[in-house]
Amino acid sequence: MREELKMLKEKAENELRQCSFVGELQDLRIKYMGKKGELTKILRGMGQLSAEERPAIGKLANEIRDSLEEGFNRFSEELKARELIFRMEKEKIDVTLPGSVHETGRRHPLNLVFDRIEEIFQGMGYRVEEGPEIELDYYNFEALNIPKDHPARDMQDSFYITSEVLLRSQTSPVQARTMEKMRPQVPIKIIAPGKVYRRDDDATHSPMFHQVEGLVVDKNIRFSDLKGTLLSFAREMFGKDRLIRLRPSFFPFTEPSAEVDISCIICGGKGCRTCSYTGWLEILGSGMVHPNVLRMSGYDPEEVSGFAFGMGVERIAMLKYGLDDLRLLFENDVRLLSQF
Amino acid sequence: MRVSWKWLNELVEIKMSPEELADKITMSGVEVGNIEYLKKDIKGVLVGLIKEIIPHPQADKLCICRVDIGEDMLEIVTGATNVEPGQKVPVAVCGALLAGGKRIEETKLRGIVSEGMLCSPGEMGIEDNEMLPEQEDGIYILPQEVEVGCDIAAALGWDDIVLELELTPNRADCLGMNNVAREVAALTGGALKMATVAESKEGGECGKLAAVDILDTELCSRYVARVVKNIKSAPSPLWLQQRLTASGIRPINNIVDVTNYVMMETGQPLHAFDYDTLKENRIIVRRAVEGEELVTLDGQKRVMTAEMLVIADAERAVALAGVMGGLETEITDKTVNILLEAAAFKGSNIRRTSHALGLRSEASLRFEKGIEVEQLSSVADRAVELLVELGAGEAVEGNVDCYPVKQERRPIELRLARINGLLGTKIAEEKVDGILSALRITTLNKEDGKWQVIPPSYRCDLVAEVDLIEEVARLYGYDKIPTTLPCGETTQGSKSKEQLVRRDISRIMLAAGMYDIINYSFINPRNFDMMRLSEGHHLRKAVLLKNPLSEEQKAMRTTLLPGLLDTIRKNLHKQNKNLRFSEIGKVYLPGTDSLPEEKWVLGAAVTGKREKTWLESEKGYDFYYLKGILENLLAGLGITCQVYRPVKELSWLHPNRGALVMLNGREVGYIGEVHPEVMDNYSLEQRTIVMEIEIGLLVEEAAKSMRYQPIAKYPAVVRDLALLVPETAEAAEVARIITEAGGKLLHSIGLFDLYQGKQVKEGYKSLAFSLTWQAEDKTLTDEEVNVLHENILLALSKAFGASIRKA
Repeated sequence: MREELKMLKEKAENELRQCSFVGELQDLRIKYMGKKGELTKILRGMGQLSAEERPAIGKLANEIRDSLEEGFNRFSEELKARELIFRMEKEKIDVTLPGSVHETGRRHPLNLVFDRIEEIFQGMGYRVEEGPEIELDYYNFEALNIPKDHPARDMQDSFYITSEVLLRSQTSPVQARTMEKMRPQVPIKIIAPGKVYRRDDDATHSPMFHQVEGLVVDKNIRFSDLKGTLLSFAREMFGKDRLIRLRPSFFPFTEPSAEVDISCIICGGKGCRTCSYTGWLEILGSGMVHPNVLRMSGYDPEEVSGFAFGMGVERIAMLKYGLDDLRLLFENDVRLLSQF
Repeated sequence: MRVSWKWLNELVEIKMSPEELADKITMSGVEVGNIEYLKKDIKGVLVGLIKEIIPHPQADKLCICRVDIGEDMLEIVTGATNVEPGQKVPVAVCGALLAGGKRIEETKLRGIVSEGMLCSPGEMGIEDNEMLPEQEDGIYILPQEVEVGCDIAAALGWDDIVLELELTPNRADCLGMNNVAREVAALTGGALKMATVAESKEGGECGKLAAVDILDTELCSRYVARVVKNIKSAPSPLWLQQRLTASGIRPINNIVDVTNYVMMETGQPLHAFDYDTLKENRIIVRRAVEGEELVTLDGQKRVMTAEMLVIADAERAVALAGVMGGLETEITDKTVNILLEAAAFKGSNIRRTSHALGLRSEASLRFEKGIEVEQLSSVADRAVELLVELGAGEAVEGNVDCYPVKQERRPIELRLARINGLLGTKIAEEKVDGILSALRITTLNKEDGKWQVIPPSYRCDLVAEVDLIEEVARLYGYDKIPTTLPCGETTQGSKSKEQLVRRDISRIMLAAGMYDIINYSFINPRNFDMMRLSEGHHLRKAVLLKNPLSEEQKAMRTTLLPGLLDTIRKNLHKQNKNLRFSEIGKVYLPGTDSLPEEKWVLGAAVTGKREKTWLESEKGYDFYYLKGILENLLAGLGITCQVYRPVKELSWLHPNRGALVMLNGREVGYIGEVHPEVMDNYSLEQRTIVMEIEIGLLVEEAAKSMRYQPIAKYPAVVRDLALLVPETAEAAEVARIITEAGGKLLHSIGLFDLYQGKQVKEGYKSLAFSLTWQAEDKTLTDEEVNVLHENILLALSKAFGASIRKA
């Protein structure tokens, strides 16, 4: 019996070494160690042994079982590891192949600029107001201190529907509408984004374009506040190193008035083609709300003051994204849109 | 306004370069748009004197000129017919560079060497409006006053520099050189060098020769007339011609040139009448009689309205006041005496007249913007002085000055505290004082920080305190004003509900892969035909522009569709084949109010496909693709109640591939495939799916606040249900019946298969739904679900005769 056991051990160990899958090993374990396994069978025959032989054989049998058990376990771990490596080898993919296509949308560059401007001013406490694009002559001109037959009407040629109704030529009418609605309350702090229209169509003018108007009315609003506000805006919009420069100008609805330049976003002010070698880029018009405008909208210019500004969205988009042709913005060519 | 650098330097002392000055005046509000160096690309052209002309031995049409160019005598062959000995002409010597980069070398013409070339105006790049009319043809004959051998650029004043001022409407004063000089003096401290004009007295000889009546004092506040006799018309001297050409005005003859020159100098338009053609030698300023006619200088017969102001003599209108003179009283070669007019006409009236007649001139422009009434008599005197100086005539002593109501400038109150309060500055009193005097603003008194000041008569734009504050600010320097932020009550930055919904829509559409586009708000009304709209269709009722740039931009859009389809067409044309567009924009609908109604609409259009890749098969952008995007959008906005109702009546959609989108029984828009004929109309070669949704109607639904629904604690039971229904049954109706019959335990329902074909009997289709059953308080048993399915089948068989599809 001792011999039988030894041979069994040898045979099992041989077969064990020939296993190459965890599954085979499992079968082998059952073949020897299972309820009906060969080792179990031998052990069952122990009853026929003499009492002297029994302890020694029993001990031997236990040793063999433990050793086989250990062998199985060790070899099983080894096989599992080998099998995993093998499987992963087989599962190799080409990670350089392109990924699954997800159709991505694009935001129109003008709307990107609108989004950013609105975000910046909302953060500074401005409400977003809108007004009609088809507007009364009164709000587009008269309430802004531009009476009929005023030469300032030449600054822009408008599209008319009737003699009293036109496509607004600026977002400024929203100033007058907001003040009329709010009076006599202060503070007013709004921006008014939107479409505007003028009778111009050439390489640098589009008959429809976009502006953002800003208006602040409160007690003790100063020209210096306008300057500070626009500096904050310019830095948020164009980078924290930007400088601004105000030049005296004329708008019928502001006095004093200023054109606002930022230091060139391309050359930083050293002079380049974009800024026509001046180092500056004109980005908006602004000024202190004209007392006549305050009065017409129901405020007393002795009690409150305000500032207003207006910027062209196309201009900013072209500067920000380096676009060289205004008309590209209205062609909606996907080869352009897909770049944003 | 074109400002000659040479001229400006004669009026004011300047100690800086043109560029430095340009920068300085730009930064104080008078923008210099451009600095132009005149004709600097011409080289090697000298003034030559023709000594002798001999015929060319070999050619009848050529001759040889012996020309003295100072240091040398040249023989030049020319074909010109307008040359004579004794004339001074421009000579391009060998190596000279002419307009357009043309280079002159010694050449042989029919056997004779030509040592240069005599130049025509064109060869030197001289435009018609830069020379006298008689100089247009042949060689440019120079006036005798130029020096032989002198470089042509210096002789003709091409070494001048022009500053182009881009004037804002308030600074009309700078339409006169004197006032530009005053502005420069105020900014730089440079001394003014303008000559004073000897003033004529009212009446005198002139008072006997002419009479002026102003019948409409509202439209003409002052009229000054002077008379000059024994007129000798001749070309103006070169310096005067050069001043005019630098200013952009063509020289004509000494009389016309002087009126233009004085206008450029003072900003005041002048007009000269042939005195002897004025009936009774009278000037009457009155409104035209309705329908009254006048032939203007340009030979056009003008029919006037009673709104228009005319200058008349005793019998008829002789000029359109401030706009254009009449032909009958024009200065001609036969003119002996002239009457000079310096008048003040009301700007708004001149503006209306010149717009109505399409006649806009340097003169009307100045009247429109406002002129200085005070200087009229001195302007007239200046013109007379210059005419006499040029030998163009003899002054008649005295003037006629009709000035019914002398305009006195009322003092303006200027508060020192207000200046610093409005600007946020601490400008000292002395500084303000200095600025005001530099601008020649007179301070009358300075009680309690309240100053009474009077601006100079040429600054018509300064009428209120705030105008003076701007003057102080711009001379103080905007760059010196501090930067602060408003320090009042804090405000909340915000957007309205509708603006927020629009923002959400644009984000969801973007995430769904759509390209955001912006189309013009105006469309060609032809689009309504291209959309196959019936006559009288409500979308045809568009707001129309009175003065569109073209027919293509005549109507304000009532639908986003034309813009979307046009964008698709343009992209297809550029080989962009797979397109997904959405636009959030307004449509404009005529209403009963004073203004049309403007509605925000979401439009979208798709065509083409997602291309096949190594990984995925291609996927067409069909109806269900866009519908999926719409469903995703509505879900994203928290809207679950939409219904798609098949529609055949939308003329631009395929009659069997379109649906109205309904929310709570209300139509909010449509979705569908473009009708084949409409595709043709827009030259679309690919099937295109479109939709338009009215955003205002989504806002209400989207605004309903979101509430948390507890997550089920017990497992759900998922069961499939494959049905056989008649092919005409609509999937949505089948789903509705299932949902109704399923009751509240039916958590969700999804359609996962649609089959029609061999294995399904004719006239039927198979729909396979996946039903998810869920109870809040327990796990549902199979038996319970079986009962529910029985209910559903019963309802379906009642409604459609539907049955379970057996595999």
